Amino acid sequence: MPADVDTKIITRQFGNEEAKNIEVYESLGGYRQLRRALGMKPEDIKAEVKASNLRGRGGAGFPTGVKWGFVPADAEDVYLVCNADESEPGTCKDRELMYWDPHQLLEGMIISAYALGARNNYIYIRGEMMRETPVLEKAIADAYERRYLGEDVLGSGFACHITVHRGAGAYICGEETALLESLEGKRGWPRLKPPFPAVVGVFGKPTVVNNVETLCNIPYIVEHGSQWFADLGVGRSGGTRIVCMSGHLERPGVYELPMTLTMRQLIDDVCGGIWKGREVKCVIPGGSSMPPMSADELDVPCEFDALMTDERIKPVEVAPGVPFDMGGGKELRTMAGSGGIMVMDDHTDIPAVCARVVEFYHHESCGQCTPCREGTGWLAKISHRVAKGEGRPGDVDLMASIADGIAGNTICALGEAAAWPVLGFLTKFRAEFEAKIKAPKEGAAA
Amino acid sequence: MATIWIDGVSYEADPSRNLLAVILELGFDLPYFCWHPALGSIGACRQCAITQFRGEDDHQGQVVMACMTPAAEGARVSIDHASAATLRKSVIEWLMVSHPHDCPVCDEGGECHLQDMTVMAGHTYRRSRLPKRTYISQDLGPLIGHEMNRCIQCYRCVRFYREYAGGHDLQAMGTRDRIYFGRYQDGPLESEFAGNLVEICPTGVFTDKTQARHYTRKWDLQTAPSICTHCGVGCNINPGERYGALRRVRARYHGAVNGYFLCDRGRYGYEFESSDRRIRVPLAPRGEQNQAEELSVQAAVTRVAKILTSSRRVIGVGSPRATIESNYALQRLVGADGFFHAACAEEHRSSLAALDALREGPSRSPALREIERCDAVVVLGEDLTQSAPMMALAIRQAALAIPRSVAERQGIPPWHDAAIRESVQSARGPVFLLSPAPTKLDDLATRVYRKTPRAIAAAGQAIARALDPQVPALAGDEMDRAGIEEIARALTVAERPLVVAGSGTASEAVINAAANLAWATSAAREDDRAAELAYALPWANSAGLSLLGGAPLDEALAAAERGEVDAAIILESDLDRIAGPGPAERFLGQVRHAVVLDHIAHPTAARADVVLPAATFAEGHGHLVNSEGRAQRQMAVFSPDEPIRESWRWLREAMMLAGYDEADSWTGAEAIAEAAARDHPALARLPDAQLSADFRLGGAKVARAPHRYSGRAAAKLHLNVLEPTPPRDNDSPLEFSMEGSPVLPPGKIETTFWAPGWSSPQALTRFQEEIDGPLRGGDPGVRLIEPAGEPFAYRDVALSAPSPELAPTPVVAAFGSEELSALAPGIAALAPRAFLELNPRDAASLGLADDDVVSVRARGASARLSVRLEPGRAQGTAGIPLGLEDIPVALSFAGELITGS
Repeated sequence: MPADVDTKIITRQFGNEEAKNIEVYESLGGYRQLRRALGMKPEDIKAEVKASNLRGRGGAGFPTGVKWGFVPADAEDVYLVCNADESEPGTCKDRELMYWDPHQLLEGMIISAYALGARNNYIYIRGEMMRETPVLEKAIADAYERRYLGEDVLGSGFACHITVHRGAGAYICGEETALLESLEGKRGWPRLKPPFPAVVGVFGKPTVVNNVETLCNIPYIVEHGSQWFADLGVGRSGGTRIVCMSGHLERPGVYELPMTLTMRQLIDDVCGGIWKGREVKCVIPGGSSMPPMSADELDVPCEFDALMTDERIKPVEVAPGVPFDMGGGKELRTMAGSGGIMVMDDHTDIPAVCARVVEFYHHESCGQCTPCREGTGWLAKISHRVAKGEGRPGDVDLMASIADGIAGNTICALGEAAAWPVLGFLTKFRAEFEAKIKAPKEGAAA
Repeated sequence: MATIWIDGVSYEADPSRNLLAVILELGFDLPYFCWHPALGSIGACRQCAITQFRGEDDHQGQVVMACMTPAAEGARVSIDHASAATLRKSVIEWLMVSHPHDCPVCDEGGECHLQDMTVMAGHTYRRSRLPKRTYISQDLGPLIGHEMNRCIQCYRCVRFYREYAGGHDLQAMGTRDRIYFGRYQDGPLESEFAGNLVEICPTGVFTDKTQARHYTRKWDLQTAPSICTHCGVGCNINPGERYGALRRVRARYHGAVNGYFLCDRGRYGYEFESSDRRIRVPLAPRGEQNQAEELSVQAAVTRVAKILTSSRRVIGVGSPRATIESNYALQRLVGADGFFHAACAEEHRSSLAALDALREGPSRSPALREIERCDAVVVLGEDLTQSAPMMALAIRQAALAIPRSVAERQGIPPWHDAAIRESVQSARGPVFLLSPAPTKLDDLATRVYRKTPRAIAAAGQAIARALDPQVPALAGDEMDRAGIEEIARALTVAERPLVVAGSGTASEAVINAAANLAWATSAAREDDRAAELAYALPWANSAGLSLLGGAPLDEALAAAERGEVDAAIILESDLDRIAGPGPAERFLGQVRHAVVLDHIAHPTAARADVVLPAATFAEGHGHLVNSEGRAQRQMAVFSPDEPIRESWRWLREAMMLAGYDEADSWTGAEAIAEAAARDHPALARLPDAQLSADFRLGGAKVARAPHRYSGRAAAKLHLNVLEPTPPRDNDSPLEFSMEGSPVLPPGKIETTFWAPGWSSPQALTRFQEEIDGPLRGGDPGVRLIEPAGEPFAYRDVALSAPSPELAPTPVVAAFGSEELSALAPGIAALAPRAFLELNPRDAASLGLADDDVVSVRARGASARLSVRLEPGRAQGTAGIPLGLEDIPVALSFAGELITGS
């Protein structure tokens, strides 16, 4: 597991309780990149970020520079919002980044705000992050005091403000447009796109929403240049990747790694293998919303594009032999998502895992659009009865049919988040589900 | 226009519209829930899925929501493609997972959009065997029933209630599949527009509680186009009748007036029609030994004719709530000199001044839906939400005109409600309110000024003068310079400015100042256009009565006092309610004979020699002229039991017997309307308001009842085993039965709004020329008033002398101030109790506190009212509720406080 040590960049202060002090951060070279950035033209920073192949770390992996480019050139009020509502089951990296190294995030945000011309900026933090919120608030107060924030940042004339806004515990508010609604004081409801937040965002103004990890990378791109950052990564994905390893592992934890590592290397080399000397059965590669991988699919690198396209991963099906259609005939394998990798050993009851996952998304559905609101509820009830061994003949097909109906037909991605894992579990572990469905009782209705 | 392809066939479409609207307009069936033409698209229900193709060679396509997809040039879509059809079927299946199949006991059954859409989307087999979710429903007051278990979470209710109508007490609560639409706790819905939920809701969550008490299915109702009689706005309504009584009132779409909606006074006021105070037979209230005596038609008419022939001077009191026809007949009977209006001097002068202002100057009176498009609004004095609720609703939309145009510049299409809301946020266009007390529109106003009516008139004049120095200066308490200039600027730069006033302040000066303000904008604007000018007049036919001319009631009382009146014919009015019991009794004692024609018994009727049972709006034919100056036709919904008939028919019969030959020619509703049109140039176009009685569709008339109407043979079986012949209708192109042309009639005489596959009110799209546009074949009604244009002379704003006395100011209540609707039990339950509203400082200087009882008197009428303190009320005014029981109207307009011991 030396790979971990080699690639520590944004996690390098993990474990150092002192780094959150602004003096210590400064003494380690902190805010130097902000000074450098203030001497650059905003367009040049944007160009660097675009060239760096930095991709959004929230889950979708959308190129950050491209996202920034959607803000209209003549926009007057622009907002930058940091999405710190990390709630995807299995994901716990942003929490650590904010706790151990809050100024790294602030520096990344201020540089980004400068590049975007954003005066008022928010960190929308998950309500349950009670340990991290005061750390961030202290860091912001210190940054104001040292004029890294305020009406005149370091005498440059650039005005930049950051406000921490705590969410109230809804998973959906991590979806960027629901987050904006919530930030406006409304129900956390995803918006229809277009218009995209870059055009009509918070308070009706152009808004860029970036994940914590994404923004933490910005100072290093300014420091070392886009080429260096792109070279750290592979293909169209620049930089390192933080993975949150959980489940039946010897050494679970948060690791910053090169993207070239395969799932199997992560499990065996980084995390010391499966606990209790057991075998791996199933891996969820990027937060519980992603289709699972079976034990024979783990030799694929945990990089955005590889997980989507590598043919060693079996495409998700809606029925045996009928591939799920992502639109235009595109197949779904899996995705890197938010980096929350959950590893399950061979003692795991997959229908029970499936029911638990569906229950989460059902519970967190905002209730706006029909497929998710009604579909997840129905799916959860069927999944539970199957998991409890009370399933009825046809339930597996019914689950697949409901999930297939939800996926792709909802306003936001929560529909897919509920449907994809179900289809994935059914594709790769169908026999376990069928085995759990009891023969119908005498005279019982179908 | 853009060319689009639907299932391989090309059509022309307006690219500014969405595909759902275009597809419905073209006559296709495509199910939907969350979309509503007045509310726009939010893409939430996912029911209107269609498949869109990238080009001619793309056969796989992608599922999109028709409501969220613009009808862009070259768009290729399919309604029938399997992927979309499958999703549509799935969506309805999901919605049905928890929907109770209680259609047989649900009030919505038979006109349920959810039923229609379920059939349309092809969901026929239920795969879910799970228990259904349940909720605890709420008591939402006397008008609206609530059954949350039926809810399919389309969000239309909260979108209408909160965003469209500005209500606060209905919310979407909870998340996931436990969303609840209701109030924080049980209690009457506070919005004056809550009743629209009944029609907005696609299923039976919100139902009409008044209808439930005498429930009838839509297919068993007889309906006809009619006009609301409960204020001057003139909303179009579809009343429904069975067994000789009204069962409900529904909004009747009008492309220029009320669109899809009604206020609750208009929707629920109808129950006065079956009030136990209805007069159903001719009476001699002071018969033998002062006992009321029923009269035959013959006897009643003979008595009236005898009064007419034996009296030297007969006067008539016309009614602003009666039709043009009835007022016209009375005016012909008594002559122009003898014709008075059942209205206090203040109300009478206001109505006349408003009508004059609309005819003499350059400002046009906008229809409601034109008000919605105005982008700067100044309201002088009127509490529109209470006096003309639908006008307030229109102003609520007008406040969004400018913010919506900003959204449009951001590239957001006008139908994309969700994105518009994100863009608009809390921005509102310029709306300035000058009023004596807080109003429900205050929440959207740019600025609110609290002033006495006198100061409102002065301020209006001062703003007018800032726009045009030709406007005469007035001495009086004005507003600050900056405020004057802000409003003047808003009126100058707006695309379509609007000035609104009404008779609610009892001040002719306010009416005239509003006219001057609207007119003066033409001097300041580059395009020389005057602002539009809207007046809210109190009664359904205030404008029509004013067009006929006549003097106020006070002059009739004075004439009687001088002994100049031998007989009075009182049309559809309660003089006690207006002048107070004392003066009314005195008047009826002074005239030797009195005849009352009305449908409601009241103290005035009880003192008459003869009382004739008049038809209500639902039982007769006639025209009303609304505040805009639009003449609209009421068609009888049903034929009332003998001997009830329209007042004008009673008058005609008596006149014919008494030798007034001209009445002979009034052979029917159209004949008398034509006579009125001939006699009054202002009414010349009256007969054009509706299709004439000889209109036929394929040789047949149009049925009032749907073809599924049941039980006709049995309805009167208990009276006569022979099925009676349905009554004939010689006055309209409609038939009192379900027999009529099978062809869908022109929108203006459509009765049931039903089309194959569309049983709910949403069938309306089949009757609109384009979605949200006029009805097919044109909207009914005709504007009688158009502005004269330039040159014009500013109106004289006569301010009363400053006085230390508190200025009486009517407090109008949407529920309670209007005489007829206040008799409907549901409305009565929501009406306020009598009070006297004072600013706490005024109260303190008079030594009054909350709940102290004060006497108020005017012109011989008086009342004792308990004090209510309202810090928001302008100092120097005393708010006196208008038209509530035991408060004569004269007191609200002219009441004087009697303080001290």
